[in-house]
Formats: sequence, C-alpha cells, structure tokens
Amino acid sequence: MPELPVSVIVNGVSRTAVVEPRKTLADFLRDDCRLTGTHLGCEHGVCGACTVILDGRAVRSCLVFAVQAEGSEITTVEGLATDGELSAVQAAFESEHGLQCGFCTPGFVVSVTALLEQHPDPTDDEIREGLSGNLCRCTGYQGILRAVRVAAEATKARTA
Amino acid sequence: MKPAPFEYHAPTTLDAAVQLLAGLGDEAKVLAGGQSLVPMLNLRLTRFEALVDIGRVEELRRIERTNGTVNLGATVAQCVVERDATVAAGVPLLAKATPLIGHFQIRSRGTVGGSIAHADPAAEYPAVALALDAELEVAGPAGRRTIPAADFFLGTWMTTIGADEILVATRFPVWGAGSGFAVEEVARRHGDFAIAGAAVAVTVTDGQVARAAIGLFGMGHTPLRASAAESALTGAAASGVDAAEIGRLAVEGLEPPDDLHASSGLRLRVGAATVSRALQRAIEEADRA
Repeated sequence: MPELPVSVIVNGVSRTAVVEPRKTLADFLRDDCRLTGTHLGCEHGVCGACTVILDGRAVRSCLVFAVQAEGSEITTVEGLATDGELSAVQAAFESEHGLQCGFCTPGFVVSVTALLEQHPDPTDDEIREGLSGNLCRCTGYQGILRAVRVAAEATKARTA
Repeated sequence: MKPAPFEYHAPTTLDAAVQLLAGLGDEAKVLAGGQSLVPMLNLRLTRFEALVDIGRVEELRRIERTNGTVNLGATVAQCVVERDATVAAGVPLLAKATPLIGHFQIRSRGTVGGSIAHADPAAEYPAVALALDAELEVAGPAGRRTIPAADFFLGTWMTTIGADEILVATRFPVWGAGSGFAVEEVARRHGDFAIAGAAVAVTVTDGQVARAAIGLFGMGHTPLRASAAESALTGAAASGVDAAEIGRLAVEGLEPPDDLHASSGLRLRVGAATVSRALQRAIEEADRA
C-alpha cells in the first residue's frame, strides 16, 4: 500500500513524515514525533488514554488515522505546560492526587483541558459526564473529580 | 490492535468520491468520522482494501433549513449538531439524542451520516431518523436517489445503500407548533450503547395528541417504529394518556436480542419503561410549547 506524506503542527511545531495510511494519529505522535506522552491503552476508543486536541476538539488519537489529520493542528499533553510551568489542570491533578500510576493521566489531563474550555464553570454532573470517556484503573475517580473542580477555580482566577 | 493495510483516498468533491468508489468496487469502504469503522478496523473485525475518506468534501458538511426540513450533510459532526441553533429549533429530537452518543471526545469526530449509515440497531440517530420519517439522500454512479428511513435499515450494520453509493445528506422533517420531544435510554455506563431506548415526538393540539412518533433502539436488528402505540396515542386526550400502557403496547410482540449486556426479557421491560418516560416528557414539553 502506498505510503503518504503527512504534515501537521504538533504543539506549535511543524512535523512531516511519510506514513502508511493505516498508521493511527496516536502511533504517528509516538513513533514519528517521539511524543510518547500520548498513551495507548485499548486502541479501540474506549479508554481515552490517547486523547489529544485536534483542531480545537478533544479526540481519540487511536481512532484517527494520521493521514486524516493532514494539515491539522494538534495539542498533546506535552503542549499543555508553558515554559516549564504546569497548566492549571496539570497542577490540580498533582495537588489533588488525581493520579497514581499515571498511565491514564495524559488522556485525563487533555480531556479536562478541553472540557473546561467548553464548560469553564462545570457542575459536578457535568464534570462526571466529562470524565466518563476516560478510564482510570488505580487512582479512583474522586481525586480526579476534585482536580477538575480545583482546575476550574484556578482557571477562573487566572483569567479574572 | 492495528488495522490491516489499506489504500487511502481523500477526495475533495462528492463527484470524485463517487467515481473513486465506483472504480474500487466493494473492496472499498467510505470513511466519515471513523468512530465506528476505525475500532472495527483496529480490532480486525473487518478489513478493506481501500478507504474513501469523505471528510474533506466541503459540501457534505452543510446544515440547511429549507421548507419543512432540516438537511444535514453526511459529515456534520455530532458535536456540531449538539450546539447548532438550526437543529435545536428544527429537529429538537436529534439535538436531544446527541449528548447520549458515546462521550464528547467521540462526538468530536462522529458524524450524523456515519452513525445512520453504520446502522447499529442500538444507536440513537437511526431511531430518530426512523421516528421522524427522515429521508436519506444517496449518490452513486447512476446519480442521486432518496430513500425513506422506513426502507433504509435492513439489519445490524446493514442498509439499502449500495456498495457504490454514498450517503450524502439526511432530511429531517420539521414538526409544527405544539410539539414535544424526548429521548430516554438505559445503558450500563454513561456513553455505552444503550440496552434499549426510545425517541418520542408528539404534537398536542387543543388538548389532543394530533400526531405521535415512537422510535425504538436496542430492541431488534434494526431501529423500530412502535406503530401500534402511535395509533393508540393519536386522538387521545393528552392529559389522560396512560404512558405505562403505551410503553407496554410499544414493545408488544417484539423479540429483542438476548446477549451478555441484557436478556431479551430485560430489554422488553427497559424498552417499555423508556417509551413511557420519554412519552411523559414529550407531552409535558408539548403542553409548554
């Protein structure tokens, strides 16, 4: 099968590679861009560990082929911190014990970043629904829920 | 967990997409948002020699309201439907069904046409399309044709679209004043496919149910219309409707699937209960309208 060129902007950096069409965006980010913060758990859209922001929307990068992303802008977990300072969401996951082993964390952090852009002041129900597309198998969700509340407050305070 | 190799085509016009598909034959599959197809490819439940990605065809991304219908291009994303004012005003049932689909990260990519053409019997959009008597416009080498939703769904993941045809748009009829809409479903976890569910639309005129439509999902090999229940509702006094009885009538005679998610018997009870709940909410909304 003919390989195809892909050019995208990842975390503000232009990236080009020639890939098999069957290569997922997740594998492209990990293998070709060497951005291994995007994790792969289930590879069929259930666990959410591979969530990235594609042209402003949170997506499962295991359910997008890299060739489909041609010309797009992508933000991965590596692109959230600014000048070495954690984003509000990342800092809240740390302070509220929203992670333990950390495998699912990149997906959660990226999803929550997108969630708070849509719902800057979410209710607990909105938070729960917003978290429902990401699976955590060790920390438990209560710390994660708290982290979202704290991140929402911190984001409001920063933009106020 | 990686798909088998395939050729990839990303045409930018519908004509080019139709030509490609005609040339490739049934070795090729149309790719829209990929939120059903890609998992199946990744799991190697299916494989195709070629994918024709219609995501770059601008004309398939339009939302238009014309006289009496809202036309949704095949690749309008579910997250767009969720927030679109034209859909909210013209096809509230579709807007209400949308948050029940998967998770917000899935709705970022998942499309209206993809969900309908994929034809999962437990999915929300096919049941909404059937309940509202939507029309499916498809394009193929022989030109365009329109398929009524009632003639569209053949079985699990099977429709009357030809292998060389592409779903172009879905035309949803706009219901008039005094209408109410509700979707109810029961799923094990938020975002899972429903065990069973119902999409209900009613119009109440002068206290009477003038029009009723009930679409069921998860209750058979295709989405289903609860015609007997609709007939029983039509003409009844809205304030006197026995919603539980209508729910019972809606599932009478059905033989829903029996699988590890739910027994057939549980689906009958859940189906009846979701019809009943959705009907009550739809009538309440119609009363307020």
